Amino acid sequence: MAPVTFLEAIRQAMFEEMAADPSVVLIGEDVGVYGGAFKTSEGLLEKFGWERVIDTPISESAIIGAACGMSYLGLRPIAEMQFIDFIVCAFNQITNFVAKGHYLWNAPAPMVIRGPSGGGVHGGPFHSANPEMYFVHTPGLKVVYPSTPYDAKGLLKAGIRDNNPVLFFEHKFLYRRIKEEIPAGDYTVPLGKAVVRREGKHLTLLSYAAMMHTSLEAAEALAKEGIEAEVIDLRTLLPLDEEAILQSVRKTNKCLVVHEDTKTGGIAGEIAAILCEKAFQDLDGPLLRVTSLDTPVPYAPTLEEAFLPNAQKVFAAAKELARY
Amino acid sequence: MPEPHRKPPLSRQQLLDLYYYMRLNREVEETMTKLFRQNKIVGGLYSSLGQEAISVGTAYALENRDWMAPMIRNIGALLVKGVPPRDIFTQHMAKYTSPTKGKDGTSHFGDLDNLHIVSPISMLGDLIPVMAGIAIGGRYLGQKIVTMTWIGDGGSSTGVFHEGLNFAASQRAPFVLILENNQWAYSTPVRRQVPIENLADRAKAYGVKSYIVDGNDVVAVYTTAKKAVEEARTGEGPILIEAKTFRRRGHAQHDPAEYVPQEQREFWEKRDPITLYEEFLLKEKLLDAKGKKEIENKITALLDKEREFAENSPMPPPELVHEGVYCTGDDCHKIRPKWERPSAEVTPPKSSVEPVWTVEGFGRGKASAGGNAPIHFGDVRAATKKPAGTAEHTEKRVKAPPHKPAKLVAKSAARGKARR
Repeated sequence: MAPVTFLEAIRQAMFEEMAADPSVVLIGEDVGVYGGAFKTSEGLLEKFGWERVIDTPISESAIIGAACGMSYLGLRPIAEMQFIDFIVCAFNQITNFVAKGHYLWNAPAPMVIRGPSGGGVHGGPFHSANPEMYFVHTPGLKVVYPSTPYDAKGLLKAGIRDNNPVLFFEHKFLYRRIKEEIPAGDYTVPLGKAVVRREGKHLTLLSYAAMMHTSLEAAEALAKEGIEAEVIDLRTLLPLDEEAILQSVRKTNKCLVVHEDTKTGGIAGEIAAILCEKAFQDLDGPLLRVTSLDTPVPYAPTLEEAFLPNAQKVFAAAKELARY
Repeated sequence: MPEPHRKPPLSRQQLLDLYYYMRLNREVEETMTKLFRQNKIVGGLYSSLGQEAISVGTAYALENRDWMAPMIRNIGALLVKGVPPRDIFTQHMAKYTSPTKGKDGTSHFGDLDNLHIVSPISMLGDLIPVMAGIAIGGRYLGQKIVTMTWIGDGGSSTGVFHEGLNFAASQRAPFVLILENNQWAYSTPVRRQVPIENLADRAKAYGVKSYIVDGNDVVAVYTTAKKAVEEARTGEGPILIEAKTFRRRGHAQHDPAEYVPQEQREFWEKRDPITLYEEFLLKEKLLDAKGKKEIENKITALLDKEREFAENSPMPPPELVHEGVYCTGDDCHKIRPKWERPSAEVTPPKSSVEPVWTVEGFGRGKASAGGNAPIHFGDVRAATKKPAGTAEHTEKRVKAPPHKPAKLVAKSAARGKARR
């Protein structure tokens, strides 16, 4: 098998799920004839037809609302946000309608909302967002943010088959940069499970999505200095795999969280609270964070570079933490 | 005063049904007003006094298989669809026996499996794309359903009202939207919200057919709704009906609505939909004093029983707070769509099409893969050149659509006369 890109893995997941189950439909802006702004749905219209690959007006609330309505009939719609930045246009529909239905009136909404997210590609303030934490704060949703083609395919398939609304963030920096051989045929990756990407004993490095690769790069550099970082890919942010986090931190006694989301209100703060509550006695040092700055995502490459975390920043923070 | 009712296309029993449900609607709300004054209603209580003809007349036009999503002033629609009054009482009283087990109040509950009701949320307009989605999902499954929801004059200014209506129009969704213009959005009169004469005109911008109806005339409401529902079912949807009426009470119980001019209130109080309809039924000898008394006794007996049930029901146990945030899988909900067409039609190879922007023959209701497809407007050329041989392939693949053909270009708004 030739290695596939992150993008191709996502396309394969949708293609295979639609082929296997006629209740799976795709709805979004330019997902049909054009095959999606990033070509993630290329070829789906030709294969599955107009009724299953639905081009819509530029109306994110309508896309989410209609997908929710279809899900009430037992269909399993995939709603695409052309850029995930635009998901906030449908914020009310997602957080008040889709997320609360099962709890309030026993109405499951088996749907996936997916789209390209993240910075590092000079997309500017409205095409680079990491809005995951708006939704991690919303009970009733599941939030997935993969870092590898294998996981992207397996998690998306699991998301489509899940009975709950699943938000699936696709870091666009990874779309064509990351390739990997993935198994032919059907497989899934369970939602809510983190994975150890690199074993280590001196400190735990928690990350996800594009920053996963940055963290692994930093871990390699740290290893050269004798610091063995255990790198964990969270993969799903809601529900968070607390067990995997606690298990690693109880071993290494130190924790560094790296995320591309901005600092205040990022998942690192939540993880810090969990560790304080459940592993305080195990900690030999403070939880440190390497995150984007608390600003909008700036456009100029010099500014965006200053805004984003990178391997050097992770390396420096890890060195500081290792001193404890 | 409204014109005298013309002879309606309804049987005597149907005419009496409309009367029964309007009376039931009002009595359910009167019972709740009493419960509210006794501090037995946990949260707010919203009244549809004077608007019963709209809830009842529109919902009565739906079939069992059809879907609806009520707003807070559509208790009458819930009753017509088959919701027992106890569900409405227990919801308002936050009882464990309520459809949401006390997790939400008012008319915020639904039933996906049997009655086909979607629960509203307090944010106005959100139901519109949801019901449009059910409409196109039902069409996809071959179910021949129509969906209906309601929106107020106030809610018609939300963004999602417009997104939803345009989306529904772009999909030719079998969807009927009732715009209940009661002239007040809380304390703001309609003229200060929307600088147009008829809110039905909003439909024009989306190529959506619309009607205007006297919302206090239940037969007119029913007749118009029935026509709209059937038109939507045969592929002419979506359709918007503006029902003109007046909100006789405040926004909710706490609001005395002193901002409403006295003469406006008096004008509409004289046009009470139940009184008007009762006069019609008596005059036409469809109802007599004895029949009226029987209906009243039936309602009183029913509501006494239902209210008693609600009052004797327990509050939810605190442990319930943890339950139900997520569906846990097949043990929780077995999610299986009800196919009423062969799913092979939407599965390769039958579903496969050429990647051209226009849908060959859509104007005649023929999509390339059979069934309905997104609308295109006839005078717009295809953006992509069709590969050679497409026409032939298309011809072979054409299947009878699940519905009657949709018209290519939307008709200009045809209106019923507003009788004011």
